[in-house]
Amino acid sequence: MFWLTKTLTSSIGKKLLMALTGLFLCTFLIVHLIGNLQLFKNDGGYAFNNYAVFMTTFPLIKVVSYVNYALILFHAFWGLYITYKNRQARPVNYAVVKNSSSVFSRNMAVLGTILLVYLAVHMSDFWYRYHNEALPYVKYTEQISNGNVETTLMESGYTQEAKKVESFNEEAGTKTIIVKDLYNVVSFSFQNILLVLFYVLSMFAVAFHMFHGFQSAFQTMGWSHPKYTPLIKGIGVWVFAVLIPIGYAAMPLYFYFFK
Amino acid sequence: MTINLKVWKQKNAKTSGNLETYKVDHVSPDMSFLEMFDVLNEKLVQENKEPIAFDHDCREGICGMCSMYINGQPHGPLEGVTTCQLHMRTFNDGDTIVVEPWRSKAFPVIKDLVVDRSAFDRIIASGGFVSVNTGNAQDANNLAIGKDKADMAFAAAACIGCGACVAACKNASAMLFVSAKVSQLALLPQGQPERESRALNMVAQMDAEGFGACTNTGACAAECPKEISLDNIARLNREFLGASISSTSV
Repeated sequence: MFWLTKTLTSSIGKKLLMALTGLFLCTFLIVHLIGNLQLFKNDGGYAFNNYAVFMTTFPLIKVVSYVNYALILFHAFWGLYITYKNRQARPVNYAVVKNSSSVFSRNMAVLGTILLVYLAVHMSDFWYRYHNEALPYVKYTEQISNGNVETTLMESGYTQEAKKVESFNEEAGTKTIIVKDLYNVVSFSFQNILLVLFYVLSMFAVAFHMFHGFQSAFQTMGWSHPKYTPLIKGIGVWVFAVLIPIGYAAMPLYFYFFK
Repeated sequence: MTINLKVWKQKNAKTSGNLETYKVDHVSPDMSFLEMFDVLNEKLVQENKEPIAFDHDCREGICGMCSMYINGQPHGPLEGVTTCQLHMRTFNDGDTIVVEPWRSKAFPVIKDLVVDRSAFDRIIASGGFVSVNTGNAQDANNLAIGKDKADMAFAAAACIGCGACVAACKNASAMLFVSAKVSQLALLPQGQPERESRALNMVAQMDAEGFGACTNTGACAAECPKEISLDNIARLNREFLGASISSTSV
């Protein structure tokens, strides 16, 4: 067998692929959160809707996002495959088991499956609708001199070819753009308490998955050092298992309670 | 003390087994867990019944032969202790104790609580050695080794190969065992000539034996009677991945 295939299909190599793809998805968690923080801007979705256009049209981002979708699927199904193989290593189970490991570390596949279901719902909620459905359009008129933005919802049935139509009125000193109103879709979706609950509970799954997963990825890559491992573990817990899930969970809660 | 036992009885690798109940009277708190089994077996022999087969040898916690999965934990509830060093004072009068063999595809049951751990021997044979040239023994102080390295190597070498790590792991993974054996030699100058091939071959043999992969749950290190550290697993990953990339064997 070719050496690289041999390495990556060994028990350690299989885990290395989980670690590398997992860490890539961790960077996605950061970028996606920072971008979506624009939902909290009280500007009628001006920043967020512009950002949505940028994320779906800028070529480099498009490439990265398709790589991201592929790696999510790879990470999920490769993980399930490893879990299946690991189960086979113990054909007869114990009658009594007293565990000395964390419940999260033992159930990464369960947490991961919950997240895969969540991602399917999340993508069909927003990604699919943004790309495939006739969404309402919104017009923003910005006073260039002072940055004031006036928001006008377009009449239903309005549609345009381009994702973003931009025009300038030099006399009035204004810039006008017309874009799909994804912000409105988000805002409307999160009026449904069941969806809000599903999103918030799924963020617990993210938190528990990260609680074990982040530091585990470094251990798998062989990064264990008395100076740096405590830092890695701290980042895994406080940034990835606490801060980021709270940031994400805040979005549906914000729209449900304050919009 | 009176102890109620539920012990795994299995005739051989081909048959399936089941838990059987035994009652042991007059158990002294100062008996070791294995001595309690000796008392029970003596009684069974006198009653013309078949004794329970279990592994044991040195009975001083250094050989790695005893291998009982006691109340859901390899080597029982105490930390850093093998089954032979577990004493009945750890339990209470009237307790019911469930005793099972190590459970792993790579450790088939031979009989009752005895499992075949020769998979470990084959892993050692694949790379757990150093080449020693013949001739006079060299002066002990010729090879300078830093104290920190020597200590880490020694801590890894404390592994007695009992298989508790495999028994404790939800994946029946042998990573802690293999990592200890790779580490103790990778850290020392004597282990350098075979360093790359050792990591590659021992991991290949470990996989061929049917052990699972590592999920880094840490159950192995928590249950290890010699308290082998998880750092060794990180080192094994490093050694294996490094050797995969840099070794000239294609």
